[in-house]
Amino acid sequence: MDYMKETIDSLHKKLADKELTSEELTNQTLDNINAKQKDLNTFITVNDKAVEAAKKVDEDGIKGPLSGIPIAIKDNIVTNGIKTTAASKILYNFMPVYSATVMEKLEAAGAIDAGKTNLDEFAMGSSTETSYYKTSVNPWDFSRVPGGSSGGSAAAVAAGEVVAALGTDTGGSIRQPSAFNGIFGIKPTYGRVSRWGVIAFASSLDQVGVMSKRVEDSATVLATIAGHDDHDSTSSNEPVPDYRANLNKDMTGVKIAVPKEFWHEGTHPDVVESTKKALDAYKKMGATVEEVSLPTLKHAVEVYYVLASSEASSNLQRYDGVRYGYRAKDVKNINDLFVNSRSEGFGDEVKRRIMLGTFALSAGAYDAYFKKAAQVRTMFIEELSAVLDKYDLIMGPSTTSPAFKIGEKVDDPLAMYMNDILTIPANLAGLPAASVPAGLAEGLPVGLQIIGKPFAEQAVLNAAYALQEENKFYEKIPTALKGED
Amino acid sequence: MNFETTIGLEVHVELKTKSKMYSPSPVAYGAESNINTNVIDFGFPGTLPTVNKNGYRLGVMVALALNAEIENHTHFDRKNYFYPDNPKAYQITQQDKPLGHDGYIEIDVDGNKKKIGVEELHVEEDAGKNTHGNNGYSYVDLNRQGTPLIEIVSKPDMHSPEEAYQYLENLRKIVQFTGASDVKMEEGSMRVDTNISIRPVGSDTYGTKVELKNLNSFNHVKLGLAYEEKRQAAILKQGGTIGQETRRFDEKTGETFLMRVKSGADDYRYFPEPDLPDFEISPEWIAEIKSTLPETASVRREKYINELGIPEYDAGVLTDTKEMSDFFDEAVTYKANPKLVSNWLMGEVNAYLNDKKIGLLDTKLTPEHLAKMINLISDGTISSKIAKKVFQETISNGTEPEEWVKSKGLVQESDPAVLTPMIMEILDNNEQSIEDFKNGKDRAVGFLIGQIMKQTHGQANPKVVNKILMTELKSR
Repeated sequence: MDYMKETIDSLHKKLADKELTSEELTNQTLDNINAKQKDLNTFITVNDKAVEAAKKVDEDGIKGPLSGIPIAIKDNIVTNGIKTTAASKILYNFMPVYSATVMEKLEAAGAIDAGKTNLDEFAMGSSTETSYYKTSVNPWDFSRVPGGSSGGSAAAVAAGEVVAALGTDTGGSIRQPSAFNGIFGIKPTYGRVSRWGVIAFASSLDQVGVMSKRVEDSATVLATIAGHDDHDSTSSNEPVPDYRANLNKDMTGVKIAVPKEFWHEGTHPDVVESTKKALDAYKKMGATVEEVSLPTLKHAVEVYYVLASSEASSNLQRYDGVRYGYRAKDVKNINDLFVNSRSEGFGDEVKRRIMLGTFALSAGAYDAYFKKAAQVRTMFIEELSAVLDKYDLIMGPSTTSPAFKIGEKVDDPLAMYMNDILTIPANLAGLPAASVPAGLAEGLPVGLQIIGKPFAEQAVLNAAYALQEENKFYEKIPTALKGED
Repeated sequence: MNFETTIGLEVHVELKTKSKMYSPSPVAYGAESNINTNVIDFGFPGTLPTVNKNGYRLGVMVALALNAEIENHTHFDRKNYFYPDNPKAYQITQQDKPLGHDGYIEIDVDGNKKKIGVEELHVEEDAGKNTHGNNGYSYVDLNRQGTPLIEIVSKPDMHSPEEAYQYLENLRKIVQFTGASDVKMEEGSMRVDTNISIRPVGSDTYGTKVELKNLNSFNHVKLGLAYEEKRQAAILKQGGTIGQETRRFDEKTGETFLMRVKSGADDYRYFPEPDLPDFEISPEWIAEIKSTLPETASVRREKYINELGIPEYDAGVLTDTKEMSDFFDEAVTYKANPKLVSNWLMGEVNAYLNDKKIGLLDTKLTPEHLAKMINLISDGTISSKIAKKVFQETISNGTEPEEWVKSKGLVQESDPAVLTPMIMEILDNNEQSIEDFKNGKDRAVGFLIGQIMKQTHGQANPKVVNKILMTELKSR
């Protein structure tokens, strides 16, 4: 099964009409994934229990819209009995004994876990190049990165390996790879989706979201995984709407704000052009577009890297070689066990952030770094909320450039970090945000970013849907795959 | 040179909850290693904490009992450090805005009443336990990991080991009466760390602080501090300096030994716990908790003396532990004479407990049974001699006294219509004793009562027997 032309709705119809069984669909999906692995390297683990699960769904009968449909899962979401690595050596052999809430919800809806997709180690990166296992590639150009950290999920969707995938987004890890791969991706409001079972990077910023070629499919999956969870005290009690049924492309009277700071210096001219074209399309649909200012945005990258790294330095301390995961050999005492297991088990980027965060939290630096960053974050939240008091949506480019070359930025952490400037604001403020394909730059996809008010996922999805129906980007086949058959 | 001592105490008290502070695992002792654990306690990737509201509630109870102000808007913080018994490598605690602050405990040393300040109280989680085998391996048991604790930090207001001892005694008693903890040093539900420094009298800066550990009883605290006072004074008198160090008390020698020298402060990189949102403690909730706070030991003691007429000393003994005081209060509700209940608890009951080396709640005695037994004595149903038998049966086997007395035929015979003919017959058969009585030999009375008791198997009411016998003797 090649998902290039399929949607959750079309697959559901085939399954419900018994034109196809979930077992057949799952077998085809796994064959397709395995066939494409050598080119794209999108998966760390293909789920060898998927067919078994599909048979069970067939036996029980096709029910809801996701019933019997394989979906890919980013490998930092824990899956009971299926190896979960967070793309790190330190979890090379980690077999979870429980499942994330999002996995339980998907399973209850009858969705099939196709396997675990590649990511940057512990979701720290923008290219999948920090993965201990492999670097995924961009289906539009095999010499380019798929973005990150949810690069495996994005490339798998773009290449038609699955109809939808789960990702996580801490500073842009769903939106940036969605933009780079020409697909739709949404990071919901902080607290919209349970983080129980999501391997923590930065707890106050992490959020699970969905990636798919079509907005409709993300709407269906998001409605399935969202909602309050007693396991996660930061999850919200806000009711979950039926995003798919409510999807509507009417943009009449919608007020759109475009922060002038989003036209970041050095933004690729084709990115600027695609974004402006998208904004013009919205105007034609009856929306108003006005420029606003977010003066604190210039500090967003610094604030983000201090806060995210601080939380990460604490969250990643549990990987000590004592209870699970990688344990160093031939140690003489407990200190060696800790130090050697971590020194050998973590990659350079993870170590860099642990050091940065440990420093920012240390007694002499706390006030000047962590505390100051937390204060600026509060200022920034107030700034964004003032804009959203007057406007329905904030829009701009998702990234400053299309996908870069593999190896191009891997040795330049600062350039890599600056890559997140446009996506970080939504994480710092906990706002729902999506990237929807807006056009091409040098033949590579470019995304429009749409940020909404807290829990206004529907408004974000609707706006994305309106642009999708306008440009029908999902009809394009990624260029590097065109030669294949 | 004369020195002034400054002592501060940090006390950890386990809060009596069914489940852990941030996970639903049960809190229980003596279980097989790592049985009372779940994925949260193991710090598995992706797990998140949730707050045990009852644990927090018990913390507020303790804070209120110690006269502290409750923080209305607060959050949890992470304290980061690596240790095998600390699976997340951070402890969830309250550093920035502790649960309560500015409380006090009253002490009374040789008639000098004094308030010792409580700087702050905060809830946190206990660590697991490491044990070291002889085979070169160390073992981690996470059953205790996550057990709710409240840490009570005193102000450096104590100036002698005796004051510290009193502070701990009163703290233990106050916390125990809230029911929030068992506060048993020997079981580890109360742990004490002490800081002690000395300075020349009149000096306005504190001396170097020494931390004292391994204190397994209040007595050890007192002995350890007393040793430290002397040790530090001797060093200063010789012109030496006190090192900033942690010392261990050795209970065999009564001395303290260097454990480690502190090189600067530990850096725990505290920061707000992002997995648990900030929360409000409403004034309504505080008022509600306050209203359910059981009476303190001192309130009960006053009540026993003033309302129930219990002697001061006895009232003190009854309120030494909450279990004794609760037992007493409940027994009194069964209409038993409070003084008699007090006498039995302090006499026979305590003797039994001391003999068996057990606690009151380890026996089968219930307040209801004790009260019933006392009522049987008061209404003359049984003699106090029989009562001792009933007591042994009830405390050992939990037997209901009234039924047991009836079934064993131990009811005292007080009816003159039954006793008089019996006494007449005995007198008729013991002419010599009547003669002896008339000649002023009092022993004869005792002999005659003995005969009556023998015939009634000890169940004749001695008072009634005595009265009938004397009347009859005088009339013969």
